[in-house]
Amino acid sequence: MNHIMEPATSIVQIKGIRDGLLASFMDAPWEEQRSALLVQIDERSSFFQGARLAIDIGPQVLKVNDLVDLRDQLSERNVMLWAVVSESPTSEQTAQLLGLATRISKPRPEESRHVLDTISNENALFINKTIRSGTRIEYPGNIVVIGDVNPGAEIIAGGSVVVWGRVRGLIHAGSKGDRSAFICALDLSANQLRIAEEASAMLKPQKDPKPEIASINKEGRLQAEIWQTGETIIRN
Amino acid sequence: MTAQVITVTSGKGGVGKTTAVANLATALAMDGKKVVCIDGDIGLRNLDVVMGLENRIVYDIVDVIEGRCKLKQAMIRDKHHPELYLIPAAQTRDKNAVSPSDMIRVCKDLRPDSDFIIVDSPAGIERGFRNAIAPADRVLVVTNPEVSAVRDADRVVGILEAEEKGNPALIINRLNPALVKNNDMLSAEDVLDLLGIKLIGIVPEDENVIIGSNRGAPAVTDGKSRAGQAFRNISKRLQGEDVPFMNLTPQSGLWNAIQRITGRK
Repeated sequence: MNHIMEPATSIVQIKGIRDGLLASFMDAPWEEQRSALLVQIDERSSFFQGARLAIDIGPQVLKVNDLVDLRDQLSERNVMLWAVVSESPTSEQTAQLLGLATRISKPRPEESRHVLDTISNENALFINKTIRSGTRIEYPGNIVVIGDVNPGAEIIAGGSVVVWGRVRGLIHAGSKGDRSAFICALDLSANQLRIAEEASAMLKPQKDPKPEIASINKEGRLQAEIWQTGETIIRN
Repeated sequence: MTAQVITVTSGKGGVGKTTAVANLATALAMDGKKVVCIDGDIGLRNLDVVMGLENRIVYDIVDVIEGRCKLKQAMIRDKHHPELYLIPAAQTRDKNAVSPSDMIRVCKDLRPDSDFIIVDSPAGIERGFRNAIAPADRVLVVTNPEVSAVRDADRVVGILEAEEKGNPALIINRLNPALVKNNDMLSAEDVLDLLGIKLIGIVPEDENVIIGSNRGAPAVTDGKSRAGQAFRNISKRLQGEDVPFMNLTPQSGLWNAIQRITGRK
């Protein structure tokens, strides 16, 4: 047994962090990394009982199925996978789709360098006031406004924009080309909305405003629809 | 006695800042207050004309700032109200002749001997506007019920918020109730809805204002003028009195939001 264990343990390193355990891997195919991790857990199952585990998968791109399989195999061993740390935005998004965190308390040193390129969907600029005419707010990630966006104001976000109030100014979501970005507001009466390169037609002020969400539909056009509570909208 | 400095501004030009200053200052003086108006529109002065004091100007505010005269020498006493004074702007200079700290200093010198100092801001958001708001204890934003004027007012309110000048109060000037009724003009509610600041008065459209301006006799001196009444009410509110808003609509239901909304396409 021992001669098999040796290479397996060197592929995966486990260390304690504030929020549980962090597994990081040597450069190897995902299958090898995964089995090494499981072997490690099986070996010391009492140590891993009930543990919260985060994994650092480096730059590799994992599919939803990869993560689902791992999560299930871990939970069979009574280990909870709660976070996936990756340099790949695709893997981060996949992890987020599964409800996994993509940030752990101790930031990776190289992360700060990429922070503008890989803004996580969990991060947003929070603005707790009405944005008045002549104000331009630009942010590479998501923007949340608690207040109105008045005519003549501009909100430019690399990610999505949420306005808890009335929109009458200009909003550009996905300004760096992210076509999955969306804009939602309690009253979306803007005379122009933009998502990535798409611009909206005129949106008339409504008599009875309802919360709306604007996104790029399957035909590739920007469209706004009434927000339906209870419907989970997953966009990618 | 220490005066309150009130700056009247708007962003957009031509909405009635100068008219509002002349009327409010006169109304305050009619209530026995000692009032000094300062024309902040260096290079495009006209508060003196509206107040009918043009031909009495000897020194102006730039002369005061540059030390060519004493403050008292530049204060022109009103023809009808002995407790009302005007410090005119220079017509031959530009806004850069005055700095925000100059304005603060002039107002500081005036404060002990007056009740109200009313500063007329130029249009725009540049140097002249900065000068005018620098000494302000309180700012009144004048707008018309027009989309362009409201948007500029919004910009000004944003700047005032950023400069932490306290909460500005809004004067909606030249409202025409008949046009509002036909949905051809923004209503006071529409304007307030957008700007989200406190209203201090609505002044109806009134030709007496123009007649008064040309004669150098502000509308507040005309007991029959509706606009004059509205300005008198605002001056009471500036003095801390709780005056109900005028009913500008003999036909009830105009302010009724349901009617307004159903009438609008």
